[in-house]
Amino acid sequence: MATTRMLEGLGRFYIALLLGFLYLPIIIMAAMSFNASPFYQLPFEWTTDWYASLWQNDQLIAATWNSIEIAVITTLISTVLGSMASLALYRYEFRGKKVLQALLFPPIAIPWLITGTAMLIFFFGVGIGRGLVAILLGHVALALPYVIVVVSARLQTFAPELEEAARSLGANQWQVTMRVTLPWIMPGVIAGGLFAFAVSFDQFVVSYFLSTPGQTTLPVEIYAAIRKGFTPEINAVSTIIIVVSMALMLLTARFFKFGGEK
Amino acid sequence: MADQLAIGSRRGLRPALPLLLPAYLWLTVAIFLPLSAMVFFSFMTDLPLAGKEWSFTLGNYAAFFSQSLYSTLLFASLRLGLEVTLWCVVIGYPAAYVLAKVLKGRSREAIFLLVILPFWSNGLVRIFSWAMVLREGGILDTALNAVLPFKINIDLMYSYPAVIIGLVHSYVPYMVLTCYLTLQAIDDSLIEAGRSLGASRRQVLWRVIIPLSMPGLIAGAALIFVPVVGSFMEPRILGGRTGTFYGTVIEDQFVAVFNWPLGAALSFILLAVVLIILALAAPVLRRAG
Repeated sequence: MATTRMLEGLGRFYIALLLGFLYLPIIIMAAMSFNASPFYQLPFEWTTDWYASLWQNDQLIAATWNSIEIAVITTLISTVLGSMASLALYRYEFRGKKVLQALLFPPIAIPWLITGTAMLIFFFGVGIGRGLVAILLGHVALALPYVIVVVSARLQTFAPELEEAARSLGANQWQVTMRVTLPWIMPGVIAGGLFAFAVSFDQFVVSYFLSTPGQTTLPVEIYAAIRKGFTPEINAVSTIIIVVSMALMLLTARFFKFGGEK
Repeated sequence: MADQLAIGSRRGLRPALPLLLPAYLWLTVAIFLPLSAMVFFSFMTDLPLAGKEWSFTLGNYAAFFSQSLYSTLLFASLRLGLEVTLWCVVIGYPAAYVLAKVLKGRSREAIFLLVILPFWSNGLVRIFSWAMVLREGGILDTALNAVLPFKINIDLMYSYPAVIIGLVHSYVPYMVLTCYLTLQAIDDSLIEAGRSLGASRRQVLWRVIIPLSMPGLIAGAALIFVPVVGSFMEPRILGGRTGTFYGTVIEDQFVAVFNWPLGAALSFILLAVVLIILALAAPVLRRAG
């Protein structure tokens, strides 16, 4: 029994180490955004100058607005289209359904480097070219499978008898969907939407290949800045991004259990 | 399961079509047509744009097979993928085990969320954060020199280990997630049965727990290996001049050298490798699913 307790203690200590490994770099990066030295020199001297100077950086602000705009539109489109597709995949039996479900995995499983360069080639070839429209097209396609997977998972907990009951009570298809099914799967739809927002807002690789100077997103702008050299301003904007995306995921977790716990 | 669904589900593709079409059309335009275009394009001599002369060629693939540079880099990337995946198993599996079998209730839920939270935050920013830690005069350097009586210079930045550390940091939550899901599904009574039949802890681990959690390990490995082989941003930021891999060469063809047909061929070769790996992993995953 003593060994069991010792092993459990060891396990807890190990988890603490892992959390340290995962969070320390992020915490250090955030701390450095409040340090006065432009060369990250210690001792630490508190300042918020780097955040203030972000407001003067028009390029960065424009890219931020682009990122937010694209993420919001991506969320709206992919949530609606994705929920529709999930409903169809849940409700109907037809040949080729397995194929359609399998087709959701390439966008998730193929490295973004390949998808991104393929999009660049194709959009260039058909005249869409690069820019915000191309980025939006790409982001929705990347977000759709996540929405469908999350909403479908929620639909698995739905009792089809409820639809049947509503129908036998005289509701038409539209009423059944809007009054019975949709309210039930709403947590899944919201979680799917938040996933879609995160996929778009944090997306770097695909945006990178599809952006042009002036029509770019925040991560692409940050990458360009990093490659020119590290500055505390990058730390400041990175800190903002990481706080926003972590808050988003905490919100998502309220609607969707990742671990599939009972 | 199928019987249960049959109550609510109805036959026929036609009523399903209006619901399915918008999403799948979008996927076709933005994913499947581009991937096909890339294959087509990889057999061309030049961009078929603005009246430029072009013809079909195998030259882009010949370049891959005749110049050892590309295959060397592909192997370097495969090795990188393998190393990162192994580190993720070594670090992630025990953590998943502790989460699934040692921790209970609310603390388990909270810690699980903490482990996978960074994964859903911005990957680029997290890679950048390691630059703060690893560079000369960075935190690691300063901290070690404050503790140690002698002067050492830790300058891991722009090295192969830096790339490994950054990538493991990026992908280890995946391994924890997939292993946790399969470990959690293992009935505790199986473990107790093994113990009461006289097996040692180690025997239970190797004969019961690891075989039963194999699908999670394989899923995690595939989900990590594939994107790491295609990574370019991480080696660029943390690897500096040593960070030339297959992914960075593809990136160069599109953003620096502008040899798109060669880039398309290199991308397609990578896609083929990726598909082979996923196909190898698929049977194990299907058995689990």
